[in-house]
Amino acid sequence: MLRFLVRRSLGAIVIILLISAITFFLFFALPSEPALMSCGKNCTPDALAVINKNLGLDQPVPVQYWHYMQGIFMGRDFTVGHCPAPCFGYSFSNQQPVWGTIVDRFPTTLSITLGGAAVFLVVGVGIGMIAAAFRGTWIDKFFSSLSLVGGALQIYFVGVIALAVLVSGLHWMDNPAYHPITEDPVKWFTGMLIPWLVLSIIFIANYSRMTRSQMVEQLGEDHVRTARAKGLGRRTVFFRYAWRGALAPIVTIFGIDLGSLFGGAIITEFTFSLHGLGRLAVSSVSETDLPTLMAVMLVGCTAIVVANIVVDAAYAVIDPRVRLA
Amino acid sequence: MSDKVSLPAPREAAPDGARGEPLLVAEGLTKHFPITGGFPVKRRIGAVQAVDGLDLTVRAGESFGLVGESGCGKSTTGRLLTRLLEPTAGRIVYRGRDITHAGRRELAPFRAEIQMIFQDPYASLNPRHTVGKIVSGPMEINGIDPPGGREARVRELLETVGLSPEHYNRFPHEFSGGQRQRIGVARALALEPKLIVADEPVSALDVSIQAQVVNLLRDVQRELGIAFVFIAHDLAVVRHFSQRVAVMYLGKIVEVGDRDDIYRRPRHPYTHALLSAVPEAADLMDTPAGGDGSARASRERIRLAGDVPSPIRPPSGCRFRTRCWKAREECATEEPPLLRAEGSGPGHLSACHFPEPPTVERTTEVILDPALRAAEGHTESQPPNHAQ
Amino acid sequence: MTATTPFLSVRDLYVRFATEDGTVKAVDGLSFELERGRTLGIVGESGSGKSVTNLAVLGLHDPRTTEIEGEILLDGQELTGAPESALEKVRGHKAAMIFQDSLTALSPYYTVGRQIAEPFRKHTGATRREARLRAVEMLKRVGIPNPALRVDDYPHQFSGGMRQRAMIAMALVCDPQLLIADEPTTALDVTVQAQILDLLKDLQQQTGSAIILITHDLGVVAHTVDELLVMYAGRAVERGTVREVLGAPRHPYTWGLLGSMPRLTSDVEEPLSPIPGAPPSLLAPPPGCPFHPRCASVAAVGGDRCRTERPELPAGRGAACHLTPERQRAIFAGQIKPRLR
Repeated sequence: MLRFLVRRSLGAIVIILLISAITFFLFFALPSEPALMSCGKNCTPDALAVINKNLGLDQPVPVQYWHYMQGIFMGRDFTVGHCPAPCFGYSFSNQQPVWGTIVDRFPTTLSITLGGAAVFLVVGVGIGMIAAAFRGTWIDKFFSSLSLVGGALQIYFVGVIALAVLVSGLHWMDNPAYHPITEDPVKWFTGMLIPWLVLSIIFIANYSRMTRSQMVEQLGEDHVRTARAKGLGRRTVFFRYAWRGALAPIVTIFGIDLGSLFGGAIITEFTFSLHGLGRLAVSSVSETDLPTLMAVMLVGCTAIVVANIVVDAAYAVIDPRVRLA
Repeated sequence: MSDKVSLPAPREAAPDGARGEPLLVAEGLTKHFPITGGFPVKRRIGAVQAVDGLDLTVRAGESFGLVGESGCGKSTTGRLLTRLLEPTAGRIVYRGRDITHAGRRELAPFRAEIQMIFQDPYASLNPRHTVGKIVSGPMEINGIDPPGGREARVRELLETVGLSPEHYNRFPHEFSGGQRQRIGVARALALEPKLIVADEPVSALDVSIQAQVVNLLRDVQRELGIAFVFIAHDLAVVRHFSQRVAVMYLGKIVEVGDRDDIYRRPRHPYTHALLSAVPEAADLMDTPAGGDGSARASRERIRLAGDVPSPIRPPSGCRFRTRCWKAREECATEEPPLLRAEGSGPGHLSACHFPEPPTVERTTEVILDPALRAAEGHTESQPPNHAQ
Repeated sequence: MTATTPFLSVRDLYVRFATEDGTVKAVDGLSFELERGRTLGIVGESGSGKSVTNLAVLGLHDPRTTEIEGEILLDGQELTGAPESALEKVRGHKAAMIFQDSLTALSPYYTVGRQIAEPFRKHTGATRREARLRAVEMLKRVGIPNPALRVDDYPHQFSGGMRQRAMIAMALVCDPQLLIADEPTTALDVTVQAQILDLLKDLQQQTGSAIILITHDLGVVAHTVDELLVMYAGRAVERGTVREVLGAPRHPYTWGLLGSMPRLTSDVEEPLSPIPGAPPSLLAPPPGCPFHPRCASVAAVGGDRCRTERPELPAGRGAACHLTPERQRAIFAGQIKPRLR
């Protein structure tokens, strides 16, 4: 297991480095004058040269990349002062250190995605198991038709309706907002509730359907029959044997969904007017704020790669046949 | 293409002289499947030695049986002989031509002459194609237009294998397992092959259906004069089908010879163990009801311990030594060559340092399994000496 | 037939499955008895109902699609229609099962030791420690080397033969009085099969339990069982001691099975004598004798009897066939036996 983690982490570092190199060259090498974007409206050639020098843009691109990576790991000295590690440079639009903005925004995205994922995983798998336990009955059919509806919905649709009904219409809840969990857990929870619910409605369908079919398949497996033949109770057989077997494929899909949740953070955050990484990415694109965009990309990629490693490790814990070395 | 190679003189002279020329010769045939692993960078750390230095000759028109337990490499051998797998070492000579590393184009003419029949009649037929399309497929691929047209030929083939020509437009799922295997046979026969490699062709079928297919294959083999390599784990079925038989263990041939050499005068301890392990319903026939089990006494009883070792790290020297009751030091250090043992007939080769006397009509009892030994009250720590 | 109730008695068992295409009559009126210390072999091809019967004995069928009628008395306890809680106490305790494919029949997610210890804890209330010691002991009894180490292995780390031994250990962990072995050696190599069959016999001699051995292979039962039941299309067609049935079989289907099997001593020049055709659909079994469409003796019976009238299996030794026992014996001795030798 340790070998696996080390190997995968090394692989992940290589992947992230590759991505960073590709994005860096795309962003900084292709548009002719990045400094122009930072220079403002009344730009003079002299001012441009100063900016170029300040940002190190007068050097060849590979050297710039080297300095950029150095900045992330060791900090970097600009003419305006020292930028401590991890340094992603200064924003073109507000001249603040990019890392500060990331630290400010990342928890929001993380709260939405991980919290939402936790809710839809638990509820979806739970519903799937209930449907499997009562397969063929009206309970099963009820959940099946629900998941059919849920699977057809989109976040901006459900999100807007949820806001209209729960917030504007019934006044049951406030508009979604992010409060750091460290400061006020209750506020954090209530602020995130609507996004979580909306995300769940959309994903639960998929998970309940998948869990149900996996459970039904597992319940027909030989080893489940053996467990019954040993005299184990229905509940033990259901949870200890069938559920364990159904878990592995669900975890795999969950890993993929986590990735797409990060990717879909833009839509979620816009729908609920939350200020996370997704929104930051959009604004940095519209303002051509390359350092910020670059940093968002790297953080996002790292999150997805880490999520994948965690899922693979979880897979090995669930299924001892998966040998990780 | 014209690189004719000199064939080794057939070491096994046919006693009846009725057999044809060597059709397919394999020399030192080897297939190792690499295993990767290691840290931090994956690399080749070993190999599954599926087939390791196999010599065999299949003559034109003969039926050659290949028996052995799971993991002995018999299926891999079948795939090597038909060049579905690329051998790691050794060579395959078909009708005087070295086809070991022949490319696609060079192989094309031989592909038509060497056909395969597979175990699973459900998986080896395309469910979306009609029987007619399946059976005429090989003709289409090879651009062969038999006189009277392909459809007429397919209908004729369907009749040959005991199906109705009207089945031409049906789909595989409309047939039972036995009928599907017949479709597979018809497909194999479509190009009038000279050699058919049949890999466990009846083991997925019920007993009563199995017999139908065995009879069909026998008729086809005899009447059309097609050479067969018949791969199976069922010793009785192989005996019924094959004129010559090779016994495989852990990637090697341990004994090869005419049918009666193997089944009546075996020399290798493993062959003895295999034969003694076959449960026979016929043992009870002729014995009076209420008898005391005297039927069993007429056969050997040899119970090996454990399973076949892993082909990743096969035992040194003789690969059977870890389960053999005759194993001595020599067996661990020196690999026994496949030779004609003293007292064996011509063409009967075995790979053992201490071959058994050539008979199975004895009351030998060898129990190596510790649990059985304990249960049956054997107390000595060494396996009992083999009665000579 | 003894006056006292037998240890296991199955009377007029019917098992029907509801499928999309209609009702499958998987077991169609089956009766048999078994005493402690005896082994009953049930032989038949796929679809003969042999496995279904034994799943029904322990109530392991799917109750939503399966309908069971008849009487299953195990040591005086009625099992048909018994509540699940009562059946759970019987399963793995008084009656245990061994399945065919040990790779799929053992859970890949738990260690061998845990799976063996589980029923022991459940049925005897043993502690975790005691159950683990018991698992090691059982592994040792079935001939697994280094049982104290192997107890923590997962099934995929065992070889096929060892997995089957582990499954036997799991079945025997509570000293059951009835052991149902469903094709226990079909997935195994012939040398390992011989070990496992011998092991089952030896363990039976130690424990005195009753065994039902289900198989398609007449060879497997020959040296392993005392009594034999041959099944075809959900019905028992022949019954007797193994010596009676295999020594002088009476039913044309049994003749056909024996004729289909090549033997190590048979005449290789003679083709096999297979049974023509294929087993009938259990959705719509043929009227009369279910074997008549494939039977060579229909003419010998004469008239329409085989096509219209269902032959009954007599109690004790006999065959469910319209041929008289004398004709059965005469045909076997005159026409069948010479072909089998």
